[in-house]
Amino acid sequence: MTVADAVLAVMFAGLTAYALFAGADFGAGVWDLFAGGTRRGRQQRDLIEHSLAPVWEANHVWLIFVLVVLWTGFPPAFAAIASTLYIPLTLAALGMIARGSAFAFRKTVPSLSVQRFFGAAFAFSSFVTPYFLGAVVGGIASGRVPPGIAAGDVVTSWINPTSALGGVLAVGVCAYLATVLLCADAQRDVSSELADRFRARALVTAIVVGVIAAIGILVLRSDAPRLFDGLTHRGLPLMIVSALAGVASILLLFRRRYGWARITAAVAVTAVLWGWAAAQYPYIVPPSLTITEAAAGHTTQITMLVSLLIGSVLLLPALVLLYTLFQRSHHDQTTV
Amino acid sequence: MVAEQLRLIALEAPADFVFARSQMALSLGWHIVVACFGVAFPAMVLFAEWRGYRNFDADMARLARTWARAIGVLFAVGAVSGTILSFEMGMLWPGLMSRFGEIYGYPFTLEGFAFFLEAIFVGIYLFGWDRLSPRMHMLCAVPILLSGIAGAFFVVAANAWMNTPTGFRLVNGQVVGAQPVAAMFNPSTGAEVVHMLIGAVMVVGFSVASVYAVGMLRGRRDRYHRLGLLLPLTAAVIAAPVQIVVGDWIANVVAEHQPVKLAAMEGHFDTSRSVALSIGGIYIDNDLRYEISVPYGLSLLVDHDPDGEVIGLDSVPPQLRPPVNITHLSYNAMVGIGFGLAALAAWTGFVWWRRHDIPRTRWYLRAVAVSGIAAVAALEAGWVATEVGRQPWIVYRIQLTSEAVSTAPGLRYGFYAVLLVYTVLTGMTVYVLRRLTGRQPARAPQEAEPSVPPQPESAPR
Repeated sequence: MTVADAVLAVMFAGLTAYALFAGADFGAGVWDLFAGGTRRGRQQRDLIEHSLAPVWEANHVWLIFVLVVLWTGFPPAFAAIASTLYIPLTLAALGMIARGSAFAFRKTVPSLSVQRFFGAAFAFSSFVTPYFLGAVVGGIASGRVPPGIAAGDVVTSWINPTSALGGVLAVGVCAYLATVLLCADAQRDVSSELADRFRARALVTAIVVGVIAAIGILVLRSDAPRLFDGLTHRGLPLMIVSALAGVASILLLFRRRYGWARITAAVAVTAVLWGWAAAQYPYIVPPSLTITEAAAGHTTQITMLVSLLIGSVLLLPALVLLYTLFQRSHHDQTTV
Repeated sequence: MVAEQLRLIALEAPADFVFARSQMALSLGWHIVVACFGVAFPAMVLFAEWRGYRNFDADMARLARTWARAIGVLFAVGAVSGTILSFEMGMLWPGLMSRFGEIYGYPFTLEGFAFFLEAIFVGIYLFGWDRLSPRMHMLCAVPILLSGIAGAFFVVAANAWMNTPTGFRLVNGQVVGAQPVAAMFNPSTGAEVVHMLIGAVMVVGFSVASVYAVGMLRGRRDRYHRLGLLLPLTAAVIAAPVQIVVGDWIANVVAEHQPVKLAAMEGHFDTSRSVALSIGGIYIDNDLRYEISVPYGLSLLVDHDPDGEVIGLDSVPPQLRPPVNITHLSYNAMVGIGFGLAALAAWTGFVWWRRHDIPRTRWYLRAVAVSGIAAVAALEAGWVATEVGRQPWIVYRIQLTSEAVSTAPGLRYGFYAVLLVYTVLTGMTVYVLRRLTGRQPARAPQEAEPSVPPQPESAPR
């Protein structure tokens, strides 16, 4: 393993964290959209807001982390991806602006109609943003981003079968992660009835995502044969882990073991992502740009690795503090 | 090398070049205002919280709480408006990133960590307001302060590198032997970072004070409003005169390393001795007209010698000169406002020295009321002067902006979309911030809903 591989692995760990944490936040917004009318959906929306409020910005920063490591460690890869896929990336960025600001503003306005407007903006953008990000991944993974500046087709690079699969899967996975998370929160903080309602949704979503994934196998075989080949060979063990963890999470949900369901759901998503990475190794942007070719100079790689290590030492305890403080406050609402 | 660059300029820039530049200017110009609040506001909030706690001062405690909520809202919009900037680096300027990402991009990696820590502790600070002990709570604000300042350093260091690129060699146009840490400490970094940090204190200090000045002009002259004016204004009043000294420092750095930019800032064409300082005017046909002249002024400022030579725009071919009028007038605007704010600071300081009170006249309050917008205008004008003054280069004397821009079709539609979204975002942000100062203040997005009866706002903690 080269230094560049290590830097890329850290970046990919950041991407995984973004998919899991921010993914659940996006998914919570999706359920806000489907929570029903203002009065009927009130309890659900309160729970969603409660579980997002203090952590969503920190979760969002994982994306920034991925971008800065990518452009410093692998500049040509970043330039190729961002310039060819600028349309879905712009749409995703605008979606994040709409989503983050609408969520922040909703709480601060008095009138119900304005709250409803912000709520709708938050929920709608939570729904579409993961689609665009998933479409970007689909475009990269199916080899539609050639090296160079805006060298690929700015339309077909993200409007194609694999991108559609990536987008739909992203929305589905976000929604699933959120329901699993909200089941446990609802059980602990609100009521078993609310937890059961999210549980029903989680089970339906799990089945829908499973069916999409199954169809996806066919899509990839015809549209992205190289990726398909990689996923069924080098990536196969991770794909199997993902499938097993996914099934396990459904069974655990069924038995109302929400804590364990969270972990297995996270394992399923993580395994898919690393399976993708394994499938296209040693290419960073398939089919022609390898990790070594895209990697920055040696001094930069070493500097990056050292910086990432030092940064993690500062960052991880702070993250743990944030989550424990927040989780503890669920149990004990009084002043600490 | 230069012949090659000239040939490139002669080629037509991509059709949507101007839209790419406008989009970057809009999103950066918007984000920088919010970023100032992330850098300089937390210290003021912490000070207010500490005074409120130490002296059982209910007004101070209430100010701290209100301001913390403003930070919460501004941090949320700052986080998302900063994200599109990272995308734009590659969507609009892939030529810059693919060639220089390993040098230019490195400070942003460190900024990524700083921003992460800031986001985490903003979450803890706001969410934990009634949940942590006061001491613990105030301790949680310290990382916000430090990471805000560190973040400003990293980002401005990256910009400084575009002005004075160092830390690498070029072999046949390829970057070789990149030293990202050395590049971060390039000749412009020190002056630019200090200038920006003090600028941030001025923007936040004057802006927050102006809110309470408006309140006092409307008759709300209670202690709460006086403190709300006095605390941020004190910071700004200390910063304003310091900024003039720092301004001289940074101008000398520009004169030494980017003489053509300085010439554009001053509207100075002929390389010559005993050059006058020019204020205002319009630059037409290599000549500044209708300006106010201060004899020997520029030679004195640049060389500290009335006969000193100052390099003019004639030192480079016309294609390599920046747009003079925009650079010169925005530079003058920044300096003019800076001196105006320093005068306001002097007025405040003089009256405080004599009477231990702020001036009581309505004209003083009116001046403070407009000082916030003036400081923001100076901030924007300063960034316009430095960014436009660096043109046509994106990396000074190494890479042209037109070489760095994306060649993808349809960039203009991205600009239109961003313009639309930012127009709405600006309106909403102003509306929500105004709500925070109301009688029944709204809650910040990171705060929890009060599931236990909240402690009275004004109770000393």
